[in-house]
Amino acid sequence: MAEENKVKLHGMWASPYVKRVEIALKIKGIPYEFVEEDLVNKSQLLLQYNPVHKKVPVLIHNGKSICESLVILEYIDETWKNGPPLLPQDPYKRAKVRFWTSFVEKELLENVLLVVRSEGEAQEKAIKVVFEKLKLLEEGLKDLFQGETHHIDGENMGILDIVLCSLFGAHKAQEEVLGVKFIDPEKFPLLSSWVTAFTEVAVVKALQPPHEKLVMVYQFLRQKALRPSAAGVEVKEGVYVTSLSRSSPF
Amino acid sequence: MAEVKLLGFWASPFSDRVIWALKLKGVNYEYVEEDPHNKTQLLLQHNPVHKKVPVLIHGGKSIPESSIILEYIEETWPQNPLLPQDAYQRAMARFWIKFGEEKMATICAVFRTAGVEQEKAIQEATKLLKIIEEQGLGDKMFFGGDGIGLGDIAFGWLAYLYEVVEKVSAVKVLDADTFPQLHAWIQNLKEVPVVKENLPDHQKLVGHLKRRRETHLALLNCHN
Repeated sequence: MAEENKVKLHGMWASPYVKRVEIALKIKGIPYEFVEEDLVNKSQLLLQYNPVHKKVPVLIHNGKSICESLVILEYIDETWKNGPPLLPQDPYKRAKVRFWTSFVEKELLENVLLVVRSEGEAQEKAIKVVFEKLKLLEEGLKDLFQGETHHIDGENMGILDIVLCSLFGAHKAQEEVLGVKFIDPEKFPLLSSWVTAFTEVAVVKALQPPHEKLVMVYQFLRQKALRPSAAGVEVKEGVYVTSLSRSSPF
Repeated sequence: MAEVKLLGFWASPFSDRVIWALKLKGVNYEYVEEDPHNKTQLLLQHNPVHKKVPVLIHGGKSIPESSIILEYIEETWPQNPLLPQDAYQRAMARFWIKFGEEKMATICAVFRTAGVEQEKAIQEATKLLKIIEEQGLGDKMFFGGDGIGLGDIAFGWLAYLYEVVEKVSAVKVLDADTFPQLHAWIQNLKEVPVVKENLPDHQKLVGHLKRRRETHLALLNCHN
């Protein structure tokens, strides 16, 4: 492949934001080189490609860098028009997908992270909020799917599927570490069957770290927030030095 | 053509964005003023999740969230494009729109703070505005390039709302010497007829934000 057309993805194996981009690239059948970044010792390249946020994921295409996972997903959809679309054609349907994607990103993800990082009363409060948001999402899905079963496979995963998958693909690990079941088929039948469906998609399965590794990630995030010294986290020049950032991908 | 309605609030920059986009596209619409303290059934029906303005109602279909509305407008009325054709340029526009949204609260934190906290807020705001000026705007006349685009619309609040924020908070952050390019951009944006003719009344905004600041500070004192 000519150098200019080469696609590179700078990422980190435990990052759900990076996972989103990987799923999209694989669904579109776009070959890419994955560059594992050590987030404690960020490479010069990363700082050059993402000077504003200094974070992963960063997509490099035609020598140019695109940052922010949701921006990258839209870029991928607009650049590689062959292969399954990540957004519907119709502007109103696109608006609905963007709305619920934004909801998952801002209302759900933030609150799930709050549950991970808290305990006691604060955690109970956060859990309550997550359940409220899940209820809203379940209602929203009824409207979005309009009573039809939303069939997902490697050919039709879209931005909303990808973003929800990046959050709840690890729901079993979340359950084990947090002791709370968010993806409850009795409370949220549509959402639960949807999550089950996309975790079965071959591309998602292939990219999902093993359960034990995911449990480790959530345990680490929790320890880091609640008991940093116990997490084996050393603060060096204001940065958490950890073993997580240096573990190998799979 | 299907009817277009906008539920908005006169002091909301999110509302203004949608007005500018509709007018730049030459789309006729009916404006409905919402009172945030007395929300209408219409608003609650058309934005049940967030219950906020702006909401665009097009042929009975509701689209909430200003950034989503802007993309919808761009896709539905392709005349006078507000996003570039090139995918990379579009990604850049979206990146900066997202950045502006995420950092707006921090840039406006001077409004909700006083004393030492406010000094910290000034420093943070200055840092962020510098990033926006140097890396977002750069040497361009507009965020959109030679002409106004969604990026300019999304950052528009910097051009008229922020000076009111500064005034009522008794601070100066976005000054011409520190931010020459942003200042030039503000002047250019205010000259665009659609923007010039569709800004909220300055005095009314000053009064409104003055009252809001008093409420914020009173709450702060309660907690101290």
